[in-house]
Amino acid sequence: MLEMRGITKRFPGVLASDNVDFDVFPGEVHTLLGENGAGKSTLMKILYGLYEADEGEVRLHGEPLSIKNPTDAITHGIGMIHQHFMLVPPLTVAENVALGLKSSRGVLTDLDAVSERIVELGETYGLHVDPSAPIWQMAVGEQQRVEIIKALYREAKLLILDEPTAVLTPQEVDQLFVTLRQLKDDGCGLIFISHKLHEVLALSTRITVLRHGKVTGSVPVEGATRESLAQMMVGRAVKLAPDKTEAKPGNVALKIRGLRVARDRGGDGVRDLDLDVHAGEILGVAGVSGNGQMLLAEAIAGLRAPSAGSIEIAGTEVVGMTPKQVRTTGLAYVPEKRMKDGAIGDFTVSENILLIDHNDEHYLNHGLFDFGAIKKHSRQLVDEYTVKTPTLDTPARNLSGGNIQKMIIARELSGTPEVLVAAQPTRGVDIGAAEYIHTRLIKQRDEDTAILMISEDLDEVFGVSDRVAVMYEGQVMGIVDPRTATREEVGLMMAGVEQDETA
Amino acid sequence: MSDFFTEAVLIATVAGGIRLAVPLLFASLGEMFGQRSGVLNLGVDGVMLLGAFGGYYAVLKTDNVWLGLLVGVAIGVVFGLITAVMSVTLKAEQGISGIGIYLFGLGFSDLLFQKWVGTPLPIKAFPKINIPVLSDIPIIGEMLFRHSAVVYIAFAAVPLSMFIINRTNFGMKIRAVGENPEAADSLGVSVTKVRYATLIIGGLLAGVAGAALAIDLKIFQQNLTNAAGFIAIALVYFGAWRPLGVMGGALLYGFVNSIVLQLKTLGIIPRSWSDIAAMAPAIVTILALVIVAQRFKPPAALTKPFERGR
Ligand SMILES: Nc1ncnc2c1ncn2[C@@H]1O[C@H](COP(=O)(O)OP(=O)(O)OP(=O)(O)O)[C@@H](O)[C@H]1O
Ligand SMILES: [Mg+2]
Repeated sequence: MLEMRGITKRFPGVLASDNVDFDVFPGEVHTLLGENGAGKSTLMKILYGLYEADEGEVRLHGEPLSIKNPTDAITHGIGMIHQHFMLVPPLTVAENVALGLKSSRGVLTDLDAVSERIVELGETYGLHVDPSAPIWQMAVGEQQRVEIIKALYREAKLLILDEPTAVLTPQEVDQLFVTLRQLKDDGCGLIFISHKLHEVLALSTRITVLRHGKVTGSVPVEGATRESLAQMMVGRAVKLAPDKTEAKPGNVALKIRGLRVARDRGGDGVRDLDLDVHAGEILGVAGVSGNGQMLLAEAIAGLRAPSAGSIEIAGTEVVGMTPKQVRTTGLAYVPEKRMKDGAIGDFTVSENILLIDHNDEHYLNHGLFDFGAIKKHSRQLVDEYTVKTPTLDTPARNLSGGNIQKMIIARELSGTPEVLVAAQPTRGVDIGAAEYIHTRLIKQRDEDTAILMISEDLDEVFGVSDRVAVMYEGQVMGIVDPRTATREEVGLMMAGVEQDETA
Repeated sequence: MSDFFTEAVLIATVAGGIRLAVPLLFASLGEMFGQRSGVLNLGVDGVMLLGAFGGYYAVLKTDNVWLGLLVGVAIGVVFGLITAVMSVTLKAEQGISGIGIYLFGLGFSDLLFQKWVGTPLPIKAFPKINIPVLSDIPIIGEMLFRHSAVVYIAFAAVPLSMFIINRTNFGMKIRAVGENPEAADSLGVSVTKVRYATLIIGGLLAGVAGAALAIDLKIFQQNLTNAAGFIAIALVYFGAWRPLGVMGGALLYGFVNSIVLQLKTLGIIPRSWSDIAAMAPAIVTILALVIVAQRFKPPAALTKPFERGR
């Protein structure tokens, strides 16, 4: 149904799409695979009219088509689920869906009619949402469903899904896939982007790999393996599970006792939590999102005041300190919402890297910034973590999603902290970079940092952690050894079943 | 002080407060539309001054107060459009361009006044309309239902604004564009068109506010508004970007102002204090703003120009 031919798109200093050919047939899931910054989102934004291609042609059902803006795309039956959600948080589901559509009641809104249709679509495709709920009250998984409903409501026949699973829990991913398969069987064409190879293998019919803006290969899913895809993407063999030696845990570096943290919307999100993390170990925290992991991380970082309890970092009580003071006790923090809490979009890459160290003497020369030293440090981190950016002076918002992540992780892992709290450290980064980040985490551990790693990705939790704590409803359900525990066990604990009941 | 609590004085104070609230109500409802769509317009006071002079001059020449109000509308629309060109199309820094419009309005309205009028001559005022039946209710009737048509129009604009913002498609687009312009754009809503529309509404209401003020006072002079346009901006924050809240703020300001005026006329506030007393309404409003407004969040995209594919 769709044919893109010879698409080329240049940004200042980058060739984001280089003579790309891409097509989609009805009733197939065509996956786009590629490293961070390979040009996947760019290609899709061209198709959706958010960017204009410098060269190339788009044909839909054989007709040449010029898509200048999203309205053109929508009228031609193209829908897009964006990497960063495109929802208006204070508006309700129905309002978000109705936005931009003609109302059956002229100038007045027709939200009741819209709501009815939302419920119908929800029943057909298993996308259950409450049409009158405002978006800000919903979990990410539900928000995702609203995004899909928005596209289906507009009768999209070609659906672009740019990393739809990056923020979903494994259960939500399963649900999403049921819906997507149903759409495929109904004859829709789907374009799917993900860095998680097992998802790609489970859902796709065809896989095209992009590297540095160029198509490097296109294969049917039959016969493809995780290893072969990784090899095509990165251009070398990738170790999918990190090598690591036995941990040599030392003293307790992070000690949490009786911690209670309130949620934004009232009620305690973390309830009487005790936890010890030793120097030289990685404690993985598994759990379905929304079970208090975020609140725990923010409380440790001083971003959220606990209502009770104590947190000690290297023997110093940090409850009541400002985030900056907490950092000086030896904490490094990779926040989950990196776009919001971790980077300043209008600042350049090197400014973002400098953010936490700006009082450090290395970068000051008689009280003024020593730009030479800053550049050198930034250059080194950017190279080490393969952050793809045209220059160090590029504003961070022009980087691809995964490269922003890498930039922040590079910054936070660059020192020698006593304690590192890393929330979803590889969410949205490509497998090559994930491999590197895992290796760095383990190296950091071997240098005696106590690491608390929060992750919803069980592969990551099992592959990297020395001990695994499972959180459920604000409490630790139990701590298991990843070498002996099974995924089923941990899965049950994540659902709230006590450890001894599972035995 | 006991002089103040007589029936006649109380009625006059309340009625006066309502009248004084009118120009602010127009102006801040207008500013609210712009802000709900994500544009902070600091030029309100300048447009009010131009509308005030235009309205005054038209009435002076024609003796027709409605023509005066219409001139205010026209001037407001033109300057709303200019504001939109600067802050939406040219993506100028919103604070600076607004101050530019303010300074222009302040200077130009006075210049035209000096050139075309010179000595301030009084003009005709709006006729009072007593609402049948209602205006005969004792006390309340006199306070609320014996005003000019402009007062009724201003208060009718409150439910109308609520209706537009909450019940119409256009209102939904305004809210969406003010909170997440990227999302609105991705659904084919033109951020540019919506913002042009709200800024033109804002300009129109600021022009009307100015004309209503001049015709109500029956006079024009340099800086007639005395920064009322800036108070109007503060009232939008005070009212948490909602028409009813904005109305509450305008009434609070009007009442405090009216009380101070009464106390002065009755000699309860000594003459030497009158400068300080003149500041009371602004101070009370700002204090209330600080207390009330912290609990509400402004539209997320306020002051941010929009560009696709950034
Ligand atoms: N608006 C922009 N201005 C300048 N450069 C841009 C812009 N958008 C993208 N780029 C650059 O284009 C390249 C491709 O980016 P794109 O977002 O398409 O990558 P991606 O394959 O989607 O990566 P990810 O997996 O990290 O999301 C990157 O080098 C990025 O820095
Ligand atoms: Mg992307």
